Amino acid sequence: MASAPPSLVTVTENGLYCPPGDFYIDPWRPVATAVITHAHGDHLRHGSTRYLLAESGVAIASHRLGGEHRPEPLQYGERMQLGDTTISLHPAGHILGSAQLRIEHDGQVWVISGDYKRQPDPTCESFEPLGCDVFISEATFALPVYQWQPTPQVIEEIFRWWRANRERGLASVLFCYALGKAQRVLAELRAFTDETVYLHGAVGTLTDVYRRQGVEMLPTLPVTGEKKTDYRGALIIAPPSAAGTPWMRRFGDHSSGFCSGWMRVRGNRRRRGYDRGFVLSDHVDWPGLIQTCKATGAGRILLTHGYSDALARYLNELGIVAGALQTAYGDEEQ
Amino acid sequence: MKAFAALYEELDTTQSTNLKVAAMARYFREAPPADAAWATYILSGRRLKRFIGPALLKRWLIGEASLPEWLIDESYSSVGDLAETIALLTAGTAQAESADDTALADWIEDRLLPLREVDEETQRRTIVGWWRELPYRQCFLLNKLLTGELRVGVSQLLVTRALADVTGIERTELAGRLMGEWQPGPVFWQALHAAESPRTDPAVPYPFFLASPLEGDPAQLGERAAWQVEWKWDGIRGQLIRRASECHLWSRGEERITERFPELVDAAASLPDGVVLDGEVVAWKDGRIQPFALLQQRIGRKKLTAAILASVPVQFLAYDLLELAGNDLRAAPLRERRAELEKLLASATPILQLSPLVTAESWEELAAARADSRQRNVEGLMLKALDSSYGTGRQRGAWWKWKIEPHSFDAVMIYAQPGQGRRSNLYTDYTFGVWRERELVPVAKAYSGLSNPEVEQLDRWIRTHTVEKFGPVRSVEQTQVFELAYEGIAASSRHKSGIALRFPRIVRWRTDKPAAEADTLASLQAILDN
Repeated sequence: MASAPPSLVTVTENGLYCPPGDFYIDPWRPVATAVITHAHGDHLRHGSTRYLLAESGVAIASHRLGGEHRPEPLQYGERMQLGDTTISLHPAGHILGSAQLRIEHDGQVWVISGDYKRQPDPTCESFEPLGCDVFISEATFALPVYQWQPTPQVIEEIFRWWRANRERGLASVLFCYALGKAQRVLAELRAFTDETVYLHGAVGTLTDVYRRQGVEMLPTLPVTGEKKTDYRGALIIAPPSAAGTPWMRRFGDHSSGFCSGWMRVRGNRRRRGYDRGFVLSDHVDWPGLIQTCKATGAGRILLTHGYSDALARYLNELGIVAGALQTAYGDEEQ
Repeated sequence: MKAFAALYEELDTTQSTNLKVAAMARYFREAPPADAAWATYILSGRRLKRFIGPALLKRWLIGEASLPEWLIDESYSSVGDLAETIALLTAGTAQAESADDTALADWIEDRLLPLREVDEETQRRTIVGWWRELPYRQCFLLNKLLTGELRVGVSQLLVTRALADVTGIERTELAGRLMGEWQPGPVFWQALHAAESPRTDPAVPYPFFLASPLEGDPAQLGERAAWQVEWKWDGIRGQLIRRASECHLWSRGEERITERFPELVDAAASLPDGVVLDGEVVAWKDGRIQPFALLQQRIGRKKLTAAILASVPVQFLAYDLLELAGNDLRAAPLRERRAELEKLLASATPILQLSPLVTAESWEELAAARADSRQRNVEGLMLKALDSSYGTGRQRGAWWKWKIEPHSFDAVMIYAQPGQGRRSNLYTDYTFGVWRERELVPVAKAYSGLSNPEVEQLDRWIRTHTVEKFGPVRSVEQTQVFELAYEGIAASSRHKSGIALRFPRIVRWRTDKPAAEADTLASLQAILDN
C-alpha cells in the first residue's frame, strides 16, 4: 500500500512550517526563514533572520519592521528554490503586496491563501485561484450570513453618510483598519469626490507608503495638534483604537462609522456603539470561500481563522475533505 | 412600510435621544393616523399577539435557504437574532428599494394579521414569498414584527416624549393613555390628541412611579422628617383597581394578573368604587412575609389548584392611593395620599393590608433597621419624600430604594455561550460552578456585571481555552474565578446543585484567586438552612 504523501505544511509552536523547504509561513515566533503573506501585525512579526515577501509588499513590511530588516522581494509568479521545494507568490487581493504562497515538492502542490478577498480593490492586485492538491484557506467570515454587497454600493453609502453629516454640521469619523482598509476607502471614494480627507497619524504614514507606490487616492491632510481646524463637515479616517480616546474631542459633535465585514451583523455594531456600520471587508465572504475552495480543485482543504469548524463541516458534507488548523492568527477587522 | 423602515434606520443609527425623539415626532406628523398608531404600538414595545412561532419560521428558513440545519443554527447563534438571521440568509445582498409602498397599517392589518386565519402551508408560502421579494431592511422589519419586539433603543418614555411634542399633551397624561389594552388605529390616534381623555375602559391602570437606587449616605437627602420610610417588599409590584364594580390587578410590567390572585379580587370587592391602590403582592404565612421563591411557585402554575392556593397564601400590602371616589389623586402630596389610604384601609380585610411605616427617628436608627432586612425577608428600605406627587416612570429625587447589599460568593466558570442581540458575536453567557468534593457543580448562569473591555478579554480567553464544544456552548478550562452576587436563595429539585439563586450577577473577575479557593456547595447550602 502506498504511504500518504508527506505534509508540506505542519503546525508547530513557531507557526506554520514547511519541512522539505525548512521555512516558516507567517511565523508567530522568531525563526530563521519566514515567508510572509502580508504585512498585518499577526502575520508579520519581529525577530526572524530572513523575510521573503511579494515585491509590492516590501515597502510596507520594511516600514512595519522599522528598518531593522530588508525583506527579500519576490515578483508575483517568480519561482524560487527554497530547500527541497519550489515556491512562488501570487496575488491574494487582501492588501497591497498580499500574497498566496504556492509550494511544490515531489510532484505535490500546496497553496496557502494567507488572507484574501475576491472583490476588486484598486489598491492591490486581484486574487487568482491556483490549482493545487492541498489548499490552506482563511475562514474568518465562514458563515453564510456573511455575504458582501458590491463595493461601489458600500462606498456610496459612506459618501452619502458624510454628506448628510455635513448638512447637519457634523464631522464624520470613519474608523478603518490603518493598513489596507483606509487606503482602499480613500481610493474608492475618488469615484464620488476629489475633496481632501483628514487622517489620524497611524493611517497617514501608511497612506504615504501606498502613495509612493503609485496608488491613487484622495488628497489627505494630517489631523494636527492645532485646535484651529474646523472639522465640521469633514471626513476623518482613524484606526478603531482611537475610538473613545481624548484624541476624538477635537471633532466636537460628530457621527462615527466603522468599516468592517463584522458590520454585516447589527449586534456587532451596536455592541461597539458606532452610529453606522459599513460592510466593507478585505476578507473573503461565504460565497467566495465556497467558490474558491472548489476552483482550486484541491483534494483536501485546511482552514485557519474564525469559523474554520463550520466551513470544514460544510465542505465535508459537499464531499470535499476539509479540516481546521489551529493557528495564532487574529483578525484585524475586529 | 418604507417610511417606517426609514424611521427604524434613523433610530438604529444614532445614540442621541434628542435625535431619536425628533425622528419619531417627524414620523408621527407625516404618517397617516393608522400608521402612526401602529408605530406607537410597536415602538413602545408591544407585539402582535398569538402569531407564528419562531420554531416554525426557522423550519421554513431551513427549506428556503437550502443550507443544513446545523449551519442555520450556527449562523443564528452568531447573529443572535432570528429576524435578522432570516433576512441575512434570504434577502441576499441586493439593496434595491422595492416598488411596493404599502402603508404600515395595511401591511399589518391586511397582510400579517389575516395569516392567523389560514392554514400553515398558506402561511409558509406567503411569508417565504415576502422573504424573496422584500429588500433587506423591510425583510428584517417584517421578521421583527413576526417574532416580537423591535428593540431599537427606544423606551416608552422616549415615545411619549415624541408624542407630547406632536400632540401638545402632557407626557404624564399621554403615558396614562398608552396604558392597558388598546386597538391601534385612527380612532385611537385621534383619542391620543383629544384635550380631555375620556377614560372608557375601567380596567386601565396608571403608569407606575418608580424609585431610583440610593447610593451612599441617606443623610444627603436632608431631614429625616421629610421622608416616609417603608420596607422594600420582595414580591410583585401591582396596581389593584376597583372601578365599575369590577376588580383588576396589574403587574408593573403592565401585565394583567387578575386571574392569578382570586383572593385579592375577593378582598378588593370590599373597597368602595373608584379606588386604585399601588402596592405589593407578597406570599404571607404565619404572620410574616415569605421568600419570593415561594410566590414564584404560584406564578409558575398554569392552573391554580386549591392545594397551591392553600400552600402559598398571598396578601396585598398597599402603600399608595392613586384614585379615590373616581378622582385622580396623583398630583396630591404623599402625606395626603397616605392619610386617605390609612382611612380607607382602616376596616379592610386581612388580605388587604396597609404597608406599615418604619418609624425609626434618625438616619442612624434607620440604617440599623435596614441591617435587619434579611431576617424580615425584605430587600431594604423605601424612602419617599412626603411632599412628592405620584410621577411617571423613573424620575430621580422623590423616591429612593435603599437596598441591602446582596449576598456574594466565588465561583468558577465552567461553560460559556454567545449572547443575544448586540452581544451575539461574543461569549457573554456564562455558567458558574462551586465545589462539591473535587467536582464543580453548576449553580448559576450570569450575563451581566463585567465591563465591555473585560467581556472582550474574557471572550478571547474562552476561545483559546475551550475544552469541548456542544453546539454553541463551550466548556472551558476550570481556572477563572468570579465573585457573584445574588438576591435570594431557595431549595430546588430542578437544579443539579439542589439550590436556585435569584438574580445572580457578576460582581468582579477574581483574577487574584485560584480556582481551588472558590466556594463550596456546602457553604451555599448552609445559607439556605439559616
